[in-house]
This record gives sequence, structure tokens and C-alpha cells, in this order.
Amino acid sequence: MPARHLTIALAGNPNSGKTSIFNNLTGTRQKVGNWPGVTVEKKEGHISRSGVDLTIVDLPGTYSLTPFSIEEVVARNYLLDERPDVVIVIIDASNLERSLYLATQIRELDCKALFALNMADMARARGTKIDDRKLSELLDLPVVFTVGNRNEGMDQLLEQAIRLAESTAPPARTRRVKYSADIEEAVGRLTVFMESKTDGRLPYLPRWVAVKLLEDDAIVKERLIAAAPDAGRQILQAAQALRKHLTDRFDEDPQIVMTDERYGFIAGIVREVQTSTTQQRVDVSRSIDLVLTHRLAGFPIFIFFIWAMFQLTFTLGEYPVKWIEAGVDLTAGAGASLMPEGLLRSLVVDGVIAGVGSVVKFMPNILILFFCIALFEDTGYMARSAFLMDRIMHLIGLHGKSFIPMLMGFGCNVPAIMAARTLESEKDRILTILITPFMSCSAKLPVYVVLAGAFFGARAGTVIFGLYLLGIVLSILTGRLFRSTLLKGADAPFVMELPPYRMPMAKSLLIHMWDRSKLFLRKMGKVILLGSVIVWALSSFPRAVPTFPEGAAESRPAAAVSQAQGSEVGSPEAVDEIGRMQRTQQAENSYIGRLGRFVEPVFAPLGIDWRGGVSLISGFVAKEIVVSTMGVLHAAGDGGEEDALGKALAASGMTALSALSMMVFVLLYLPCLATTAAIRRETGSYRWMFFSIGYSTTVAWVAAFLVYQGGRLLGFS
Amino acid sequence: MRLSELKEGQTATVVRVGGNGLLRRRIQEMGVVKGTDLYVEKYAPLKDPMEIVLKGFHISLRVEEAADIVVENVR
Repeated sequence: MPARHLTIALAGNPNSGKTSIFNNLTGTRQKVGNWPGVTVEKKEGHISRSGVDLTIVDLPGTYSLTPFSIEEVVARNYLLDERPDVVIVIIDASNLERSLYLATQIRELDCKALFALNMADMARARGTKIDDRKLSELLDLPVVFTVGNRNEGMDQLLEQAIRLAESTAPPARTRRVKYSADIEEAVGRLTVFMESKTDGRLPYLPRWVAVKLLEDDAIVKERLIAAAPDAGRQILQAAQALRKHLTDRFDEDPQIVMTDERYGFIAGIVREVQTSTTQQRVDVSRSIDLVLTHRLAGFPIFIFFIWAMFQLTFTLGEYPVKWIEAGVDLTAGAGASLMPEGLLRSLVVDGVIAGVGSVVKFMPNILILFFCIALFEDTGYMARSAFLMDRIMHLIGLHGKSFIPMLMGFGCNVPAIMAARTLESEKDRILTILITPFMSCSAKLPVYVVLAGAFFGARAGTVIFGLYLLGIVLSILTGRLFRSTLLKGADAPFVMELPPYRMPMAKSLLIHMWDRSKLFLRKMGKVILLGSVIVWALSSFPRAVPTFPEGAAESRPAAAVSQAQGSEVGSPEAVDEIGRMQRTQQAENSYIGRLGRFVEPVFAPLGIDWRGGVSLISGFVAKEIVVSTMGVLHAAGDGGEEDALGKALAASGMTALSALSMMVFVLLYLPCLATTAAIRRETGSYRWMFFSIGYSTTVAWVAAFLVYQGGRLLGFS
Repeated sequence: MRLSELKEGQTATVVRVGGNGLLRRRIQEMGVVKGTDLYVEKYAPLKDPMEIVLKGFHISLRVEEAADIVVENVR
């Protein structure tokens, strides 16, 4: 017997326990990706149960199916176009009314649906009893009790779903929302008109289309025109006339009236199936909230949590990062000793291993950060942090939730930009992603330490603090600028649920953390690998013209040694010195060096010489590299000797003013390769990535120009 | 009276929801419809947004958004 295959979609409100049910059903056999064309997370799992292959699709959590947010559009289009065999609607028993709002909309689509009445035990503990038999009868669909976080009722749920999918009975069409007489009449008239115009060629249920047209649903209108251009136009005209009639009749937009009536219909159901013994709920959650969002204590506690998250991510994460770095060095060392000297070795060691290593080493930070974020989200604290911060973030035209990604930017922009996923509105997300790179990340700190240390002495700390502040100010200005131009309006309304605090489940936390980290590794890996190889190639070619008359590229080390022996009796310092000279020469003659010469005029007005220019360009791979490249170019020896580099810089003609200008440039200019890849991924477009690169670099140049030229005008040097 | 004028701990009944389309629809879909009782749980530490309890669940609204909700029967 060939294996049967069924698709089951899970729909439900955010915080209805949908995710834990999905995790219980599919375990770790999940595939996480994005819905086509949008950055909404799509989760799918494959399991088999009683001889049936099941694909379980987790629809985005929504309150409704009106096409206002991307999540809603995605969920609705999936139900309309992919036609899953069964839709399981998760009903949060303690929020029956609101859950039923989404459920009735799904029923209106005439999908085969069943209800998972979730967390009824919690509702009962609070004094609310739900009569499942009555509910099942009133809406004419199966109802299964589940407790998502205790893994109860999953077998019955799947059993029922399979039985429903395989039954040949069409979904009942009687137990649907009944609107008031006037609206029903309009729906009826429009349905008949539509059927006469299209003679049943309509891809969707006529009644549903009629309802949506009366609600002035833009997407349904578009689809109607696409399906039947001529008839569609006539139908739209008829719908418009009916809408006008209804608007006059109710003195209100029909869409508002219909929402009211749907809630009225639901209230009727709730009255029949739910019995409440206590009116005002007294619960732990409320008591916790009294402390966590307290007028005085709220902010200090919030700051503490953020501080703790920061500490965990970047301080605790530092240890495994060191181990990974050591591992990468070890691998590079092994590669270097195992492979013969030459281009291939250089490609593997300096290109591939160094490049991949620069990504992999972020893994511990990413894992810890996403663990913390999952913890915030799963406990319900994320919504509270947005509640606390919204007033402040609103000043920049952003949502309270933007705060966390921006703050994380001080550590590393890559996880920070990925953290912007928690924002629901796409515009908010893009705006947050665009301003986050101005938060000075930790990789830029070594640059400041070297330059400020060398040129500002005791005032270095103040200078560095000033740089961080400048980044914050510019991000605020940028936020305001973009909010009023590029990403105008739609500062999403702040209507947000504050879900009850819940004990997080370890399984769900780990799945959450691992999913996001996996995405990071897989997608970033490719871009970074490619990028590192390109930068490696630019700095390795053409091979340096050997300074030693008889030395070919391959025999250079031998030549170097013999040269050294000739002059300084083979002292190790001399060999070292020659190696350094070679690296300097290589850097100068490589394409990247030529690029430095080429862009020299661009950097000259900022008081940055060609070596600075090359360092900045190489900093694209990772900002730490700026320092090491300067070290190579100024032949100041390998890392560690910050003092030496400072002296070399001063000797090369760099002044305090040009150092400041360079630091400002480093603070603001294009994000590093990993961040760029994150921007591309999270905004879903190269356009925003290039925009971010262009914008930040322009701002950097202008700011550094103002600092350098302004400083000179004021007589500083 | 407007919802934004209520103090912490007060309850009122929704008369109508005004405001622009998107906001209005959003608020309605969360269950803030005519006749619903709203309880003002608290204001955020910076006096904005505010937390409302309705039908047993909690939502937050900005004060400027709450100003679009007309209520009566304040108690």
C-alpha cells in the first residue's frame, strides 16, 4: 500500500501555546526557513503516524486573517492557495473569545478544521469551565483537549486530524457566522451576482469572496481582477455600491460593523459553552508584573536583566570563543605545516580557515544570546521590556522592542541584527537594522584603544566614550530621518498583548536557540567564505615583486634566509625583520594596496593616509583587522605591541586630529562582512544591504571630514 | 470620556473606537469592541503606554492610541 500523505496546518493566536504543540508533535524533526519572499519564519515538520506521512506546517501566530500584517497575509495565502488537508486551530482556553475570532475566520474559509482546546486545565484552575461537547456541536467540528506544555492530548489530536482529513464529508456550511439581516442580504445579493457573472469559475468560495469584498479587502480584490478581469470589474462595482448602501445604513464602515458582529456571534457561543465562577482573576502573573513593571523598580530590574544578558553573551561567551580561536589557530598551524609552501597553502590557511574561523568563533555568543532572547520571549518578559521602553523608543519613531537589538549592537552587530526578528512590523525591523550598525561593536574597540591610547594619553577614555555617544546620537538622528522619509508612517500601532508569565520549557528554549543559530551558521558561512577568499585574493595578488634579485616567488623564504645570513649572521630578529618587510611589501603591491593608493584622494581630506585607507578597507572582513593591517603596513611587528604601533603611527605623520578623524570613520563606516551578510539575510534584499553600506560610509566620510577640517580650522592639529 | 483619561484601577465600557483604519482594526480584533469592559491595570513607569485588561487578558496601548477609544460608565 503506498504511503498516504497529509498536510496539517497549525493556526492560532500568538502566545496560545501553538509553538509548544508544534514542538511536541514534530520533536526535533523541524525544518526552519522563511516563507517565500518575506522574512517571516516558516516551520515545518515531517512525521509519520499510523501509516500516514504527515507534514505539519506552523502558520505564523495571528489574531486575525485580515491582510494587514505580513504574518496574516502569509497565513491566509497558505490556507487559500496550498489548501492543507486539515487545519488545527489552537484555542487558548483562558482566552476563548479572542481565539474564537481567528477560528471563525478560518471556518469562513471552509477548511476542514478542528480545535485544540489548549490549557483548559489552567483555565479551570482559574474558575473557568468550558463545555467542549457544546462547543463542538455549535461550530460543528471536533474539539480535542490538549495541554501543550505537558505534552498531553497530542495523540488524540493527530488521530482526530487524520480521521477528519480522510472523511469524505464536506465541511459543514451551516454553522458559520451569521451577520445581521442587512449584511446577510448584501452578502447574498453579491454572491448571486458573482455566480451569475463567473458561472462558478471563481477560485474561492463565493460567500467568502462576497464577505471580503464588502470588507474592502485589497488582496481579494486584486485576485478577483486577476482571475476574471471583465466580470471582476463589474463585481467590484456592485460591491462598492453595496458598501455605500451599508455605510449609509449603519453610519459606519461595513468592515467595522462586521467585526463587531463577529464578536457578537462569538459572545453568543461563549455564553453557551463557558461558565465562570470567579470574575476577576487573581494570579501569580499579575503579582510578578507588579514588581517587574513597577513605577520605580521596573527600570532598575530591566537594566539588570539586560546587563546580565550582556555579561552572559559577551563575557561568558568569551571563553568558548577563545577556545574556538585556539582551535582555528591550531587548524591553521596544522594546515601550514602539512601543506607545501605556496599559493594553495596560503589560500587554505589565510583564506578559507581564517575566513571560516572568523564566523565560527561567533557561535558561542550567538548561542548564548539567542538562549537569553528565547528566555525573554518564552517567559513573556520581552513584551514587558517593550512596554517599559516604548516611550523612549517612540521618540526615534521605533517600537519598544527595537531596544534589545540596538543594545546588543554594542557587543556584536551580527546577533543584534538577527535579534531584530522579534519585531513584527517590517518597517520597524528594517529601520532597526539600519541604525544598529551605529552602535559601536566590540570589535572596533581595539582600534580606539590603539589610536586614542597613542594620541590622547590620559584623555583616551573620554575620547572613546565620546565615540560611543556619537554613535548613539547618529542612530537617533538616522531613525528620525528615515522614519519621516524612507520608511514613512506605519510606526506600527503599539497594541500588543502582555501574555501571562510562563515557566519556559527547556525543550522549546533549546529548539528556539538552535534553529536560529543553525540559520546563522548555514547562510552566513557561505557569504563569509566567499568574502574572505576575495579579500585574501586581493591582498595576495599580484605576488610581491621579490626584493631579492634571484628569488622567484616559491624560493623566497630560502632567499630570505640566505640574505639574512649574509648580512646579520642569521639572527632570528633579522629573519623576522625580513618577513615583516616582505609582508609590508606584499601589502603595498597587492591589489588591495593599489586600491589603497587609488582611494588615497578620498581619504586625504580626512587626514588619513593610504595605509590608513588600506587598513580601513581590510576592516570590511572584520573590524579587528584594521589594527593588524596597520601593524603590517607600518611594519610595527605582529599584534600585542600596541605601543610600538602607536609610535610608528606618530612617526608616519599621524596627528591627534587625524587619529580622531580615523576613529570617527571606523565608528561609522560600512559594517563588516558578517554584519553585511546578516543585513542581507534579515531584510531579505540586497537593496537594503547596499543601502546600509552606502549610507553608513557616506555618514562616516562626512563626519570624519567635519572632524578633521573643522578641527584644522579651529587650529588643532 | 476617553480611555486615556482613566486612572489606574478604573473600569469603563467601550462606546466607540475611532482613529485611523489600521489602528482601529487592530484594536477591534483584539476584542475592544462596543460594549466591552476595560480595566486600566497600570501606566508604564514613563506614563506611556498603558496596560488594559479585557476579557481576562492584558494588552498595552499607547496613550495617544487610547485617546481614540471613547468610553462611558466609568467606575
